[in-house]
Amino acid sequence: MKQFAELFMNLDRTNKTNAKVDLLKSYFQTASDDDKLWALTLFTGRRPSFKVNRTQVKEWAAEEAGIPMWLFQESYHSVGDLGETISLLLPRTSPGGSEKSLSEWFHYLGMLPGMADEQKRDHIIRAWTQLSQHETFVFNKLLMGSFRIGVSQTLVVRALAEATETDSNVIAHRVMGQWDPLDTTFEQLILDKGENDNASRPYPFFLAYPIEGDVADLGEPNDWFAEWKWDGIRSQIIYRNKELFIWTRGEELSTEKFPELHFLSDVLPDGTVLDGEIVTYADGRPMPFNVLQTRIGRKNLSKKVLEEAPVAFLAYDMLEANGVDIRGLTQEQRRVQLEAVHASMPAQNYFHLSPLIDFEDWQALRDLHPQSRDNIAEGFMIKRKASTYQVGRKKGDWWKWKIDPLSIDAVLIYAQKGSGRRAELFTDYTFAVWGDDGKLVPFAKAYSGLTDAEIGQVDYFIKRNVLEKFGPVRTVKPELVFEIGFEGINESTRHKSGIAVRFPRILRWRKDKKAEEADSLGNLREILNNYK
Amino acid sequence: MPKQPLLQFTGKSIYCAIADVHIDPWMPVGRAIITHAHSDHARWGSQHYLAHKDSEPILRLRLGQDINLQTVQYGERFMINGVKFSLHPAGHIIGSAQVRVEYQGEVWVASGDYKLEDDHFATPFEPVKCNVFITESTFGLPIYKWRPQQEVMAEIDDWWAQNRAEDKASVLMGYSLGKMQRILRNIQLQDSVIYAHGAIYTVNERLREAGFDLPELTLATKEMDRKLFKGALVLAPPSADGTTWIRKFAPYSVGYCSGWMALRGAKNRRAVDQGFVLSDHVDWPDLNRAVKETGAEKVYVTHGYTSIYARWLNENGIEAAEVNTMYGNEDENEEEEAAQDVSAGQNAYEEHKRELDETVNTDKDGAGL
Repeated sequence: MKQFAELFMNLDRTNKTNAKVDLLKSYFQTASDDDKLWALTLFTGRRPSFKVNRTQVKEWAAEEAGIPMWLFQESYHSVGDLGETISLLLPRTSPGGSEKSLSEWFHYLGMLPGMADEQKRDHIIRAWTQLSQHETFVFNKLLMGSFRIGVSQTLVVRALAEATETDSNVIAHRVMGQWDPLDTTFEQLILDKGENDNASRPYPFFLAYPIEGDVADLGEPNDWFAEWKWDGIRSQIIYRNKELFIWTRGEELSTEKFPELHFLSDVLPDGTVLDGEIVTYADGRPMPFNVLQTRIGRKNLSKKVLEEAPVAFLAYDMLEANGVDIRGLTQEQRRVQLEAVHASMPAQNYFHLSPLIDFEDWQALRDLHPQSRDNIAEGFMIKRKASTYQVGRKKGDWWKWKIDPLSIDAVLIYAQKGSGRRAELFTDYTFAVWGDDGKLVPFAKAYSGLTDAEIGQVDYFIKRNVLEKFGPVRTVKPELVFEIGFEGINESTRHKSGIAVRFPRILRWRKDKKAEEADSLGNLREILNNYK
Repeated sequence: MPKQPLLQFTGKSIYCAIADVHIDPWMPVGRAIITHAHSDHARWGSQHYLAHKDSEPILRLRLGQDINLQTVQYGERFMINGVKFSLHPAGHIIGSAQVRVEYQGEVWVASGDYKLEDDHFATPFEPVKCNVFITESTFGLPIYKWRPQQEVMAEIDDWWAQNRAEDKASVLMGYSLGKMQRILRNIQLQDSVIYAHGAIYTVNERLREAGFDLPELTLATKEMDRKLFKGALVLAPPSADGTTWIRKFAPYSVGYCSGWMALRGAKNRRAVDQGFVLSDHVDWPDLNRAVKETGAEKVYVTHGYTSIYARWLNENGIEAAEVNTMYGNEDENEEEEAAQDVSAGQNAYEEHKRELDETVNTDKDGAGL
């Protein structure tokens, strides 16, 4: 645990990519295979659940610290991270830390699910007394399944590739898909040179960069494909050994979530992997993302949901044909194979090709771009015909050309302190527009888009202009105006404003505007009507 | 007519109406008693100042050579309009004092900023019995528990030694008044030459001239040969972060000394290589100990976690109320200076955007599926 806690703290401390890779690499070179496997489990976003109740853990910690619950909560608001708060509040009984390894602690945690509450409490407190402050922090993160670290999977893959002297694309592929540290070993997962028998394993997604400057800078239009950029869920469909798997980009196996697509196991040739977008789809066209949202996160897909929000797969790439990895073929060649698969299928409503847009020159695309929203798209994807299918976000061959976000000028009315990097600073804001009765109506929360200097200034203003306190939330004198951008807009019965916006973010601080000059609910409704 | 309180919070100071004396006023007044020389407590423009004699060199440096300043020793009593005053050690920085005010048998103590641990430079804190205690609460949350000073100093020693071995400069940041003298008195000086930023150099020189036992520092300037800084210790105020001055020392490691370094968030926001948890304010256990030892039946809580700490005291049988003051801004001033630095801010912002991109994409593509 000592070694892993140290790795975590060191990673946490540096912003330098190379330093992070070096730290990871040295960990992968020195830790035991068991520990490496568990570390990899965490670094690839797999968070084993130990069935603990956060509220109970908070109560136990407050009890151990000898403080009332309200003071625990205040401490938590200041720190912004539950695991860290607990590690700071507990009496420090073992500053030297624990000799148990990371994997031993995982096995220790593995005993929790079968225990009664009283036993769980003792089990957890016994662990706390054996760990140093940093170790307690890491332990709490494992305990509550909230382990997150500012290291992208790409960096982990790079470090592991360097440490094991293996090609990084191979490593990227090996760490993907379904695997469980309890029934595999580091040796099997990473070092096995042979063909892996993991039929469900997806390929790493190839991601596009936003286009910079003018589209004409891409050169000869004829070298490129253009497609609509669909506003759905990026997914990979795998059919191997007569079994169908649907992966989303969040690396979750979601086959059960999309019963509409299960017919593919009857019509796809064995050994097929397809890349595309899952969208809600009716009357021959996609529906807005809002509709898809109504079924995301639902445990049970009722008949009503399936009727109102049916999905379809819009395919735009093919990564494996007849069991052979074809990512090395060109985009154009893969498209031919994809179209052949589509052509061999019976007509139905759930599997479509994402059509290629016909364009003579760049001007034609520029003219078409403003119609993206009418086509329920977020803009264009532009792909080089000669490009292979690469791993992760690579510059040069796949570009996304998005439409400008919708925007509105709104007044800052509530603020809350941030967490992690931003604990102690007011960084989470709620914005309002003027309602019909002349009162401010909250309509969106946003926390990004300001520079550190601006955040400092806003924080300074907030701390001096608090009107009321509600727990961690402060009501702020309505004075500052910000331009808020968002990607989508929809009616909502859950919001006071009657409107919900998607991905709200701060575009800029309108220092030139007074609160009275901010937009109104009427303006927001106008956008809604245009958007529908 | 109800008796007027001995000390009042008037919105510009802690005021004793009977004596017509202001403690740490944040606006110009006639007669001011200054607890210590930090800029949020010692402000410019009053007609008459009174402070502990060890505060004099820095007060004159910061408020002007010609201020009308009277100095006293700890424990020395002086009367103003029948009110009995005396200053007592607060242990915060050199010359820092608690102000004891007594009138008709009632005793109030305004403690300014303070810590209980002996830092081997400032005169150590002494508890003063009183009826009413006015306390700071900068670190008034149970998450703040300092480790003994010698452990933190040993960490600094190791960090410097490690950097020396790698031929890197060790740029150590902290407040120029207080923190830096404390460090100089407690770390092992591994070199005969210690470099410093102008702000720290000036304070150090003034204190040395006044006869305090501090090592001599060398002013680090942009014109100096870079090679000099290999393996050297360079003392810098937090505002120097990201300036062209600091780049001169490359390759270097940045260490930052502050109580705020106890939290990951604060540490990461500063983007320092090493955070040293070292504060000149009381931590949670010592705050409670200090309040208890005064025997006060009423406590006023100023700058920091005022409402939280006041509630805690009330629940534990000590009548307490929160008070708004303008103290505690020393950090904000430093933060503002740091925020002006474009390059550091830009880096942090870029990093933040990347993180956000990741979250947004995950939320969208994998939301709950």
